Amino acid sequence: MILVQGLTKSFGRQPVLRGLDLEVPTGSITVIIGRSGGGKSVFLKHLIGLLRPDAGRVLVDGAQITGLRGRALDDVRRRYGVVFQGGALFDSMSCADNVAFPLRERLRLPRPEITKRVEAALVAVGLEGMGAKNPAEVSGGMRKRVAIARALVTEPEIVFFDEPTTGLDPVLVNTIHHLILDLHRRYRFTAVMVSHEIPEIFEIADTVAMLHEGRIVEVGPPAAIQASQNRVVRQFIRGVPENSEGA
Amino acid sequence: MTERPLPLPLRPLDALGGWTLEVVESLGRFGTFLAEALVALVSPPFKLSAFLDRIHYIGYRSLLIILLTGSFTGMVLGLQVYLTLVRFGSEAYLGPAVALSLIRELGPVLSALMVTGRAGSALTAEIGIMRITEQIDALTVMALNPMRYLVAPSILAGLVTFPLMTALFNTVGIFGGYLVGVELLGLSQGTYFGEMQTFVDMKDIMTGFWKSLSFGVIVTWVCTYKGFHVGHGAEGVARATTDAVVLSSVLILVWDYFMGSILP
Ligand SMILES: Nc1ncnc2c1ncn2[C@@H]1O[C@H](COP(=O)(O)OP(=O)(O)OP(=O)(O)O)[C@@H](O)[C@H]1O
Ligand SMILES: [Mg+2]
Repeated sequence: MILVQGLTKSFGRQPVLRGLDLEVPTGSITVIIGRSGGGKSVFLKHLIGLLRPDAGRVLVDGAQITGLRGRALDDVRRRYGVVFQGGALFDSMSCADNVAFPLRERLRLPRPEITKRVEAALVAVGLEGMGAKNPAEVSGGMRKRVAIARALVTEPEIVFFDEPTTGLDPVLVNTIHHLILDLHRRYRFTAVMVSHEIPEIFEIADTVAMLHEGRIVEVGPPAAIQASQNRVVRQFIRGVPENSEGA
Repeated sequence: MTERPLPLPLRPLDALGGWTLEVVESLGRFGTFLAEALVALVSPPFKLSAFLDRIHYIGYRSLLIILLTGSFTGMVLGLQVYLTLVRFGSEAYLGPAVALSLIRELGPVLSALMVTGRAGSALTAEIGIMRITEQIDALTVMALNPMRYLVAPSILAGLVTFPLMTALFNTVGIFGGYLVGVELLGLSQGTYFGEMQTFVDMKDIMTGFWKSLSFGVIVTWVCTYKGFHVGHGAEGVARATTDAVVLSSVLILVWDYFMGSILP
């Protein structure tokens, strides 16, 4: 279980997170929604230990990762898979090598095993035969899928997705969502996903949490969020501009 | 969080204090960065393929520019030193004069400056782009130390390639001097190389060697550091690259003077 308590973070004078609380049960898919620029990526970076909070803490199965450094933090990270918003693929190597990289460098698997797993991972994201290409040579959607393959190939216990489907066509959005669901059924990882795909994410999420002005203003199962009486949530999922009254 | 504004006369003092703290802090970060890289360098596993890749990146890519600048430096030296020496009737010492200036000073310094311009800037830009596209973060969250993959191999490759580049620069430089002095101005070949053997000592060569070795560390250290701590966006990468080249060049010259004054 991931437990977030009172997470607070400012950049200079700009407060981004203002005492954020959230609980992510083990094995569930939790989707974070919220306005662009609202701090969703910043929040994820606290969960993976790339940013340190000004106040508050993040507990992963009881271990407080906000206080960890070096080896101890790496031990937690070994259980993670992360899909960055921009993919963060290594552009000096081919797509297949990107997927192979964590297997080779972190798990130190034997070569035939790596080849087998990489091929399987590329097939799973619908990219068989594309492995030899460089990340710069493939489309944005393909890059996202390579990033997903790279994050999941190590069979992590906890996976963080930062907008895995933004910028993809509707068919691909569905494909990726089903892929994630499929893999989730198989490996039972805990997933924290930032997404703008409304209403599609209501079909795959176990829990949806709305981040607004640095706090989680509403959290619950998709049905409850869709039926929410909270004005901010209702306006957001209907796409109503913030300053307009109505809805 | 509510701060009262400082009284006017104290503001420059406040700014000075803030600036000093910033400088000291960034110097500390700069030092820690090298220390972390060295720790990654001496602790296994050793990244051989990354190291070979960096040798190619720093050394091989600088080969042409080193050959070009080395030969012309030697030719200019040959001409100018000849014109000076001939006034004293001692043009026989052209060989050692060219060789000593190259081996002790110009070889290490100029080749370090050339490699900085050719490979150091590219190193900063490459690492800077990896930073802003979150590739370094991706390494970190894979529990892989970016120091081990990006910085340590570069510094080690700097240690290996800088002396080699300097040796190459010196060699073509000496032949450039030969071309002008012997082939063009009519000095005898025996005099050019013979006097060189008499006057150039092992300690001169070692002076040049230590210099180039330390330049190798300075340049790769500065260039990887600037890439690692890049600002935002394309502009940040551009600024980091310029900063890296300027800072490396200044440090090369300052350190050269320092080394020159402590080494025999
Ligand atoms: N490293 C940083 N330094 C300074 N400010 C930052 C930094 N990272 C993020 N911010 C600021 O924090 C705010 C939240 O950014 P964040 O990237 O988390 O938004 P987001 O919710 O992920 O948006 P999007 O949906 O567009 O990805 C932004 O205003 C951004 O300017
Ligand atoms: Mg974001």
